[in-house]
Amino acid sequence: MSFLTHIRESIGSEVLSLFSALVVVVVGFSIATPLFLSASNFGSIAFQLPVLGLLTLAMMVPILSGGLNLAIIYTANISGLAMAAVLMHFGGAEASLGAFFLGAIAAIVVGGLSGLLMGLVVAYLGAHPILVSLAMMIFLRGLGEFLTHGGDISGFPPYMETLGHGSLIGVPVPLLIFLAAVFIWHIKLSRTQHGFSVYMIGSNIDAAEYSGLHTRRTLAMIYTLSGVICAVAGILMAARFNSVRVGHGEALLLVTVLACFLGGLDPFGGFGRVLPVVIALIILQCLSSGLNLIGANQHLSTAVWGLFLIGVMAMRWVTSRLRE
Amino acid sequence: MNTPNEFALQMRHVSKRFGGVQALDDVSLEVKVGEVHCLAGENGCGKSTLIKIVTGVHPPEHGAEISVFGHPVAAYSPTLARASGIAVIWQDLALFPHMSVAENIGFDEMVGAKPHLANLKSIRKRAQAVMTRLGVSLDLDARLNTLPIAERQVVAIARALISDARLIFMDEPTASLTQSETDALLDIVRTLSANGVAIVFVSHRLAEVLDIAERVTVVRDGRMVGVYPTKDMTQSRLGELMTGSSLESKVSARDMSSAEAVLDVVGLTRRDEFEDISFTVGRGEVVGVIGLIGSGRTELAHALIGMSQPEAGTIRLNNASISPRSIRDAIKVGIAYVSEDRLSLGLVQQQSIADNAVVSVLSRLLGYLGLISASKKSNLVDDWIERLAVKIGTSKDAVSTLSGGNQQRVVLAKWLATEPKLLILDSPTVGVDVGARAGIFKIVRQLAEQGIAILLISDEVTEAYFNSDRILHMADGRIQSEYNPIQTTVAALEEQIYA
Repeated sequence: MSFLTHIRESIGSEVLSLFSALVVVVVGFSIATPLFLSASNFGSIAFQLPVLGLLTLAMMVPILSGGLNLAIIYTANISGLAMAAVLMHFGGAEASLGAFFLGAIAAIVVGGLSGLLMGLVVAYLGAHPILVSLAMMIFLRGLGEFLTHGGDISGFPPYMETLGHGSLIGVPVPLLIFLAAVFIWHIKLSRTQHGFSVYMIGSNIDAAEYSGLHTRRTLAMIYTLSGVICAVAGILMAARFNSVRVGHGEALLLVTVLACFLGGLDPFGGFGRVLPVVIALIILQCLSSGLNLIGANQHLSTAVWGLFLIGVMAMRWVTSRLRE
Repeated sequence: MNTPNEFALQMRHVSKRFGGVQALDDVSLEVKVGEVHCLAGENGCGKSTLIKIVTGVHPPEHGAEISVFGHPVAAYSPTLARASGIAVIWQDLALFPHMSVAENIGFDEMVGAKPHLANLKSIRKRAQAVMTRLGVSLDLDARLNTLPIAERQVVAIARALISDARLIFMDEPTASLTQSETDALLDIVRTLSANGVAIVFVSHRLAEVLDIAERVTVVRDGRMVGVYPTKDMTQSRLGELMTGSSLESKVSARDMSSAEAVLDVVGLTRRDEFEDISFTVGRGEVVGVIGLIGSGRTELAHALIGMSQPEAGTIRLNNASISPRSIRDAIKVGIAYVSEDRLSLGLVQQQSIADNAVVSVLSRLLGYLGLISASKKSNLVDDWIERLAVKIGTSKDAVSTLSGGNQQRVVLAKWLATEPKLLILDSPTVGVDVGARAGIFKIVRQLAEQGIAILLISDEVTEAYFNSDRILHMADGRIQSEYNPIQTTVAALEEQIYA
């Protein structure tokens, strides 16, 4: 009993309840179809999860600080575009690995700068993050479509294929990148001064300022890092689709918000952890691939995602009632 | 003996349990028609539970006898309470900030149980009549959130009166009012009482209780202590009845004139806020600043901690000139500021006790790889919780779960952890119980003895009088005069300050 309590306290009841939901989903689909518990299914989940996962990490910290970043998808694509431009400049499909690194740096700089711009406006002009990121989203989309004339940029060097579809000692490369980001985000939120400030600002920015925290600097940093992780997602998207287009992944925007709330983030900010959000992501991905395997319509899985969030909300209400 | 109608409310043998907690145990409350009656007790003593029973929110346990205006009541409900003329004005007022004064006053008329159209014209007329009866004039079209708290309070009273309330409960109505606003409110209460409306007044401020009420019912730990006429009651006696222990109030002033100056302010000026402020606070000295809201006291504190920049004058701390540009600069040089607004500025209420305690000293918790060390954090938290005797369950609980007095101890812990040379306390006992106040000032005294210079800002003369070594009176942005508690009395001081 005390052992169980200890486990619950160290990983949190949120993780346990989400984990049991994941078990239910996995067991359910395993009974429904033998294809679910197969290597190829896990492989496809492992390749699909990282892009959505990175974008969710980009959405998560702004929400924790009491804001939102609506510009994540276009930040990712404009960053991907920056990298594509560098690759094209150095010979497209013939571009060297050095060109790739240069391109990746360009992408991260572009992503970071668009985040920084949003962060500065939020922090120093006191504008609402929804408005600021909406403006940035529209600006980046317009800029991207202007630069690409609404078309694709494709024809990347072969090593991009490895980045998007390859494996390293049996683990998909995109998944490795995602897990590294998860680890960094977890440490950043739970163990650094920046993370501590994020939670305090999310609950009460005035009290945080009166306590001597660098509230403005932290806000600027939150959106900059959100932009940087968007850039990583953008590079990965380019590698997975073997092309860059401004509209790639448009439908993912609200799914990232869904994953955050499913992972127990407080919509008003101040509360939420990385680990439950990651489990929530895995649940969403299992739901959609499971439904796909039993032959359900693609659109149905979106509907099931929505229902699932409502179900989890109801479950949380019941458990909080029981605790009282 | 009494005619039944002499009492607006009679409650006897009222008990209430919530789970394992006996919130009320055989409590009685009797309020005469037209009487101003005070309900006194510390936070958590059962006052709110009692009010909730009166208004029908909670049913009492079996055995309670309740009669309202002479009529015994068997089954009590909110509807019945309202129909019998009982109204409660909660501390948060429960008004609608974005609606007009008239709409707020007429709200119950506009959304009654019977479906009928809102007649704003007749509501305005009736609202006006109520205002006249209260002897106040407010713009009926003003939006509520544009009014100061004191005027919102009047709106809440008017709202109760328009539905013919004859017994009004007021829950800490003066908690966020200035002295002159409080006086105006007490006048309104007297007017109501003269008109035959009974008032039950709940307040932490003992001076006020003794001033306004005819009788006071004291409740402690859910039990009835007694009913006392206020005529021969003193503040310290009432405080003792509420807390169950004797509260010493004797002048604690010492002669600190030989102490070396920690803070030395000369000619500090900021337009429209304060002008030509000069004073010193010595090592281990407690300097009281008495000033009402608007006197410039909080603005002065803000300039000292870098939240605003003075236009002229100098601030010296330990003989070095400082000009903090932010609260971070102030913390760095050793100034700590306990805000008057504990709820929204002093603490991050939703977050844990531990996180609130360490928020200002994060850089000292860093360990391996520059990450926050969990053990350094918990050592610091445990140490301060023990040193300040904060009563908590676990340090992971939200700070909002603590009582006012314990929250203020967490605020003190948070600032003491920064090892300040100068501690500025801005109204440190707002919303803190009488008993807990004594505890807070005991800590303040100990800190002074350890050599911390303390600037105690307060709008309560008695508080500053009993706890300061010297008192500065601030009004209209200037320091008007300086007093030594040993050479004066509370009464003399009050007279000079409110003259």
